[in-house]
Amino acid sequence: MIDDKKLVVTISPHIKDKETTSLIMWTVTATLLPSLIMGTYYFGLKATFIVFMAIVSAVLSEYLYQKFMNKKITVSDGSAFLTGLLLGLNLPPSVPFYIPVIGSSFAIIVAKQLFGGLGYNIFNPALIGRAFLLASFPRLMTTWTQPVAFLTQIDAKTTATPLSILKESGESKLIEIFGSKLDLYSQLLIGNRSGCIGETSIIALLLGATYLFYKKYITWHIPISYILTAGILAWIFGNPSQLFGGDPILHILSGGMIIGAFYMATDYVTSPALKKGQILFGIGCGFLTMLIRLKGGYPEGVMFAILIMNCFSPLIDRSFKTKVFGTDAKK
Amino acid sequence: MKQKTFKGGIHPLDRKELTSSKPIETMEPPKILIIPLIQHIGAPSKPIVSIGDEIKRGQKIGEPTGFVSASVHSSVSGKVIDITDSLNAMGRLVKSIFIENDFRDDTIHFEEIKDYLNLSPESLKERIKEAGIVGMGGATFPTIVKLSPPKEKPIDTVILNGSECEPYLTSDYRLMLEKPFEIIEGLKIIMKILNVNKGYIGIEDNKPEAIKSLKDVVKNERDISIISLPTKYPQGAEKMLIKVITNRQVPPKALPMDVGVLVQNVGTSYAIYEAVRFGKPLIERVTTISGEGINEQKNLLIRIGTTIEDVINFCKGINGRNIKIIIGGPMMGFAAQSLKTPIIKGTSGIIVLKDEDIIDSSNFLNCIRCGRCINACPMGLMPSMLSIYAERGFYEGAKEYNLFDCFECGSCTYVCPSKRPIVQLIRLAKSQVKP
Repeated sequence: MIDDKKLVVTISPHIKDKETTSLIMWTVTATLLPSLIMGTYYFGLKATFIVFMAIVSAVLSEYLYQKFMNKKITVSDGSAFLTGLLLGLNLPPSVPFYIPVIGSSFAIIVAKQLFGGLGYNIFNPALIGRAFLLASFPRLMTTWTQPVAFLTQIDAKTTATPLSILKESGESKLIEIFGSKLDLYSQLLIGNRSGCIGETSIIALLLGATYLFYKKYITWHIPISYILTAGILAWIFGNPSQLFGGDPILHILSGGMIIGAFYMATDYVTSPALKKGQILFGIGCGFLTMLIRLKGGYPEGVMFAILIMNCFSPLIDRSFKTKVFGTDAKK
Repeated sequence: MKQKTFKGGIHPLDRKELTSSKPIETMEPPKILIIPLIQHIGAPSKPIVSIGDEIKRGQKIGEPTGFVSASVHSSVSGKVIDITDSLNAMGRLVKSIFIENDFRDDTIHFEEIKDYLNLSPESLKERIKEAGIVGMGGATFPTIVKLSPPKEKPIDTVILNGSECEPYLTSDYRLMLEKPFEIIEGLKIIMKILNVNKGYIGIEDNKPEAIKSLKDVVKNERDISIISLPTKYPQGAEKMLIKVITNRQVPPKALPMDVGVLVQNVGTSYAIYEAVRFGKPLIERVTTISGEGINEQKNLLIRIGTTIEDVINFCKGINGRNIKIIIGGPMMGFAAQSLKTPIIKGTSGIIVLKDEDIIDSSNFLNCIRCGRCINACPMGLMPSMLSIYAERGFYEGAKEYNLFDCFECGSCTYVCPSKRPIVQLIRLAKSQVKP
């Protein structure tokens, strides 16, 4: 017979949804696989190795930090793995192996753990890792290689990214390189261009993002307002000689805008939780990205745009407080 | 036309199929019954019997003290063997009367009134008060108090709550199938007392047979409508129910009567009918015994004071090693601390969870601000912030996030992917600051 001592007593509710934070993290990780595969296809096995190093160092840094600081080991929640993967995918394919190691350790230890671990970091850890690398190794981090046929042994030639060509020489030069405007768009879509390992293949990224939408892990608010804002600004100001003469599609498809809008800006922890705030956040990201791309010193602005907007997330959430039921009731 | 609904809410698996097709079965009373003197919100009643007294079924054993209080009656005939503290569902010690059943069911005389709808509101209220009726959906607010609104707050609408949005529970559903006439008569009595000519019964649309059963009874009634509600938890919460049916919003800190509405559970309406028509006090109720952890799931008519242990034995016992017994529904009910906890007037269900459904609440992660709780909260709160503030001990901060508007429906905690005990943290914060 049972006795009272065996009764499990907790506070309601006594049933919970099957969704877990680790399941979300591992699912997001899985949806990035297509883009990793495309990165490997275009930039060789070395690219995979860089991503692998980024992941291993991220997970190991988290484990060692928590072990050393006598904290609960939480590497199995998948968040460190995801940070490593995102950082790896946002590195140029030609960097030496120690670059992802340094980047990931900085991302996990400084940007995440020192702020209090999962949920308490203000900035997207992967982006902080990348910003740190860009500041410390500016040449390595801005040396790009041409995509090569899969598994060829020839050393890849260095080249400029479409965005820097656009910045230096204008869109006509790009069209000249790629053949026609249509060729330019289609090559950008499949990812046959220089850039970070995981950012180039738009199709692969959208495939993964579609699944995240289907699972309702992300909503349209941040990515769409981000891309729309950037697109409109690119259209209005993108052409230095003429207002309303820019090419929004080119701007959206190149650089890190797609991976940024769907995978980095949508990071739960560092973006606003309320829908209205998310739209504002997306608009801010789009505005800052285009400001940097068109007026700043860098050809690409996604990383800094998202990091700057990250600081505003808590403020945005505070200003868009939810409306309590009954507060707008008519008397 | 698109069905009206409220913002937020969740769709948990309802698992009502375990008991929804099982007719109400009467459980014979056990040898020893424990009848708490407080089974309601308000002041405890005071015992009017002494140890050793022989008492009859239906005899009043506790007298209300104060306006917000309720009488308590014996559910069997027998002998008072003890009057002492005993654990209630919330785990508090409350003064209770222990009765040894003599299995004769000697009953006091119940005064029947056939022409009850012609009684004056005062005499109707008197009969309801004498019967010790309280809200049977779980909140256990004394019904007589709700039926006596202050003059400056006139009621123009009465709603019977048949939504039964908690998973597993089917006691209201079975009542609506088996006692539709009685429920409607109860509603008429309430409407007569308050001089109201708008009556609604709200039922979630996952119970089409209950809707049909009641619709058949009211087809010639002009003043009563049966409303099909979207199935979504917590549809049965008063504020949500009123919003969906009347489009009125009860403001924070206000009561339904502030917007001219009175809500009663369908089970309460049935008890009101029994009290007014047959003079029968509230000494038994229909309770759903369910969950995968119990060997036989049933809808039982149980005498008040029967312990959980007796009920479990009647349902062929428990399977599994870890045992979690929920008193009420799984979203807002209480985990039993003792098998000697009695069934009281507000006990709508006894749910025994199976091993793998018991959640280890000690193992939770930080809030990742995914916003799921914000989208689920029917009150438009930010449970994420409440839980973070409470976890860090910043209770005043939680108050700024409208801590006291939370009625602990548990939707946030249900959806939280980090498995944070949000309701628990909110309760902690509520206990630490003044409203």
